[in-house]
Amino acid sequence: MERINIAGVSLEMLTAGDGPPLLFLHGGDYFAQHRDFFGKLARRWRVIAPRHPGFGGSARPAGFRTIHDLAYLYLDLLDGQDLQDVVLVGSSFGGWLALEMCVRCLERIGRLVLIDSLGVKFGGREERDIADVYALPSAELLGRTFFDPASAAPDLAALDDDEAKSIARDRAATALYGWRPYMHNPALRQWLHRVHAATLVIWGESDGIVERNYGERLCRSLPNARFELIGQAGHYPQIERPDDVADAIERFARAEVL
Amino acid sequence: MKVWHFSEMAYHPAWPQLGESYRVIIPSRLYDPKIGADLYHRYLDEWALCDELGINIMTNEHHATATCADSVCTIPMAILARETKKVRLLALGMPIGNRNDPIRVAEEYATIDVISRGRLEMGFVKGVPFEIAPANTNPADLMERFWEAHDLILKAMMSHDGPFNWEGTHFHYRQVNVWPRPWQQPHPPVWMPVGSPGSASEAAARGMTIGVLNTGWMRTPAIYEAYRKTAAETGRPATLDKLAYMALIGVGETREDGWRRADQILGYSRTSGIVAPQFMNPPGYASAAQSGQALKTSGAGFRAGRIQSRDGRNIDPRTMSVADAIDAGLAFAGTPDDVYGQLLAFYDHVGGFGHLLMMGQGGLLDHKETVANLTLFSKEVLPRVEDVAG
Repeated sequence: MERINIAGVSLEMLTAGDGPPLLFLHGGDYFAQHRDFFGKLARRWRVIAPRHPGFGGSARPAGFRTIHDLAYLYLDLLDGQDLQDVVLVGSSFGGWLALEMCVRCLERIGRLVLIDSLGVKFGGREERDIADVYALPSAELLGRTFFDPASAAPDLAALDDDEAKSIARDRAATALYGWRPYMHNPALRQWLHRVHAATLVIWGESDGIVERNYGERLCRSLPNARFELIGQAGHYPQIERPDDVADAIERFARAEVL
Repeated sequence: MKVWHFSEMAYHPAWPQLGESYRVIIPSRLYDPKIGADLYHRYLDEWALCDELGINIMTNEHHATATCADSVCTIPMAILARETKKVRLLALGMPIGNRNDPIRVAEEYATIDVISRGRLEMGFVKGVPFEIAPANTNPADLMERFWEAHDLILKAMMSHDGPFNWEGTHFHYRQVNVWPRPWQQPHPPVWMPVGSPGSASEAAARGMTIGVLNTGWMRTPAIYEAYRKTAAETGRPATLDKLAYMALIGVGETREDGWRRADQILGYSRTSGIVAPQFMNPPGYASAAQSGQALKTSGAGFRAGRIQSRDGRNIDPRTMSVADAIDAGLAFAGTPDDVYGQLLAFYDHVGGFGHLLMMGQGGLLDHKETVANLTLFSKEVLPRVEDVAG
């Protein structure tokens, strides 16, 4: 796998294509399942998909403890590579991260795509907007994550030791950044008005981690966003329906107005 | 050797109604406070008896479980600090990476130390993986938090000149000033339960006493060896009083009586690992290598192979017999001579230790039987054990 060094932080990275830049920010799990999707995006874009600090084989500086550190790191990436008019795509935890970047600085971001994003709290204190993935039995977790777990979920028993260790690091890092408050920033909602970039909110119709009404509410909370549902897909529609999601992003990128 | 009596204060009346988890998700409607009160009082009575028998006292804590109804280890200790007069009091202990307020821990421990006139020994525990969900603490930086809390608590106990400042990674106080100061100077002895050579080394580097639980004949020697090695390397050679071992003990006038008691105490071992698998491997709790292996077995195999017979056979704790438990070094049971003989053999096998953490009550062993177990042990085994390791 390629690596990238951002301000002294060494990250694993996947790249594909050579068009205009698209920065993909992954969610907590299933990084290795994105190759099809990146292949589709590569028809039009230069896809840059770093693995976040602490995930997989990416280093985590000791001071990196919150989503805010990741947001500043990727803003540094955009500056460091002098990327302009970037399509920023964030899935799940990566959607939260994309929003944290956008409330800070939109200077280099042309369009924003959120796929089944986390990060915002809408419900009351006794409502659970985001499923507690750490408390669900594994079969239920897979059923909530995928429309068709049998074909989408990797066989963990077949992993080699390095792959298993890499996934364990993904899980640990996701927990480090997102354990409490759980997968959201309580203050983020009040700053969403700053995200005035053209935004596409993509949602898997069968997502049982964050359900469709959360996505619709997120879409309504953003100043310049539209919503698109992907059928026969769960929390990671880009894994289950890579063509549909890549097509939706292409249509969105071509559209002059929302 | 010092001996400590330990019970988890189980709420066993709920056990028949539990299924695949005895922890975390079980509804508290299964707990009847009237039965619970009787149980608390009898367990406290058994510890109070230990003061007369010359057996020291150990408590622990777990959360959201019917296997251990002691959810705050300092509460029974606070009662026993006044109710007992002679024996030492070991709380093993406080899950300081899961508690949000280390200063409160320092205050609780210091207060018990003063009330007991200096009889407290304080345990700091990492906590088993399934303690993460009830505490909702971040498993990915648990040990960082643990060590910062440890440093803060000890400094708070040793500082006697007014407030000091603490702005760490995890804990922030600008006016740390713990009252009362502890009776024992500079602070009560510090213990940590340990289940691996790595954590034994960490404890050794700090001169802590390690309590080794459920590691048996096969896993204990490497843990003690790691402790001794690091202790020597860091210039504080390990004395036997730094090493403790927990065993289930059933003693009787006849071997049959001793085994019958051990069999009931084994209710502890047979239930305490029954946990819904999703709580067994919290992200970041174990090393990436260990956690990765657990993922490959869907968490189910995470704790498999932890109990082994001397010939390397895996023993399922849910169905472990007394013979299995003796073979695995988890239980010493039978007549006083049997118990003493098994203990000595284990002692020689692991290179010696200075504390026996005796689970003299566990599972379904009732009050009368527990009193008989403790009393016979104190008469027939304790005098001989006290001479082992000075």
